[in-house]
Amino acid sequence: MTTAKKKGRLTVLGAVAIGASVALAGCSSGDPLDSGSGGGAEGDTLVVGSQAYYSNEIIAELYAQSLEEAGYTVQREYQIGQREVYVPELEDGSIDVFPEYTGNFAQYLDDSITEGSPEEVEEALSGALPDGLASLSMAEASDMDSYNVTREFSEENGITSLADLKDYDGTLTIGAPPENETRPYGPPGLQSVYGVEVQSTGIDDGGGPLTVKALLDGSVQIADVYTSSPLIAENDLVTLEDPENLILPQNVVPIVSDRVDEGAQDAIDRVNEVLTTEDLQMLNAKSTEDKETSAAIATEYLSDKGIV
Amino acid sequence: MNFFVEALAFITDPARLTGPDGIPVRLGEHLLYTVAAVALASLVAIPAGYLIGHTGKGRTIAVALTGGVRALPTVGVVFGLALLMGIGSTPPMIAFVVLAVPSVLAGAYSGFEAVDRATIDAARAMGMTESQIVRKVEVPLGLPLLIGGIRSATLQVVATATVAAVVGAGGLGTYIFRGLRSNDYVQMLAGSVLVIALAIVIEVVFATVQRLVVPAGVAAGRPTDSRAPALRSRTSERSLQEGTQS
Repeated sequence: MTTAKKKGRLTVLGAVAIGASVALAGCSSGDPLDSGSGGGAEGDTLVVGSQAYYSNEIIAELYAQSLEEAGYTVQREYQIGQREVYVPELEDGSIDVFPEYTGNFAQYLDDSITEGSPEEVEEALSGALPDGLASLSMAEASDMDSYNVTREFSEENGITSLADLKDYDGTLTIGAPPENETRPYGPPGLQSVYGVEVQSTGIDDGGGPLTVKALLDGSVQIADVYTSSPLIAENDLVTLEDPENLILPQNVVPIVSDRVDEGAQDAIDRVNEVLTTEDLQMLNAKSTEDKETSAAIATEYLSDKGIV
Repeated sequence: MNFFVEALAFITDPARLTGPDGIPVRLGEHLLYTVAAVALASLVAIPAGYLIGHTGKGRTIAVALTGGVRALPTVGVVFGLALLMGIGSTPPMIAFVVLAVPSVLAGAYSGFEAVDRATIDAARAMGMTESQIVRKVEVPLGLPLLIGGIRSATLQVVATATVAAVVGAGGLGTYIFRGLRSNDYVQMLAGSVLVIALAIVIEVVFATVQRLVVPAGVAAGRPTDSRAPALRSRTSERSLQEGTQS
């Protein structure tokens, strides 16, 4: 009786196992992240993609609306996660327009690219792009790590650049995400490039409110905050200049497929010509604080700039 | 396996034995958080637990309150407090005390409740005052369960003290979070291994202490051995289980 029961149970288990493996096999044959759009869009439709990062989506939406204004049909594929996922889609032509950042994308394609001025990095990026993809002119806007001090600290000590820090009399501590300590632009880089002795205190909120509070409280003297963060303007922080380009530049740059013709390129360029880092901060604030949708933020900005 | 070997190499690297980011310093910070948090929690929770256990009053409130506190995510508490108070060791310290209180409290009152009613009645019949009953009967007999509560609180704090690192307050979590954010899984694993090793050492110490504090001739902690397994014993056993889960 028990054996029969056991056998029955085994059969059920076996059936479940086979069923599950068949189902899994079914999954593995298709890309689980494919939303069903298939490879590339038909005819004149251009596919605009974005990372799963709200600020990136806003930039993608700016391009999309500018393209629509120029008479193109746009299909939006936003929130596509990491480069490992969307770069293959760009390469096989499933996506035509994607906002990227010069330094990180160049490094993704060629990890020997570690430094340079914004222009040098842009050039390195266009050289590293695979066939079928091109980068259009980068925007002035950048979204990168930056070292910030309070206005008061800056004025009291006459510090406006990372190079000024070595004359500062006293200990300097950076409030930054924990990885800062080991990054080339972290304490080792500041020491070797600017001769500045600093310590790093890991604050794990990605240069967010807690990092800025630590700066305002005086727990740290320098805060690592992304240049696109609205917190910089809100708290009247001074972003220290980086004359030696210690921090790899991350200007906003559109990556396009060869289906993007001249008219479409012009439409995207119109956005990039006006987009500054301050604009990006303002646009991001509308998303994080006013909770507006990327479409509404983009429409408002583009009509302000006379693009749509 | 390779990862594991590399993590061990990370731990045994002589360069990590000194400096503010060295293993002894981080281990010390971690241990300090643990010991201080459990000590502060005990200062509050043991008297409160004894009061509840002796009088039998306020148990419902204590259970509800500590149950609620248990549901607080510690990382959230740390971030929230840090946004109010700034970075440093105070926000994580408060969060760890809050984490430790429920287990110690449960250990304290269930220790008293586990004492056989007949024993207390006998003590009272012998003419002991209330304070004598507490000091000479309830405290010694309840000690194993109290130590059990402190033990589980300590283990919870040792495991959770890693989050002090999210607000730059040091501890072994520094290695874990730095490793996590810079894809340095060797460093991350090394941090975890150190926390586990610390937890095991503490566990061994407590197991020994818990055995030593059982009053001679009393098989406390195993209420089924007592001659009259009172209903209350079972209740208290359940409440300790509530107390020990993390």
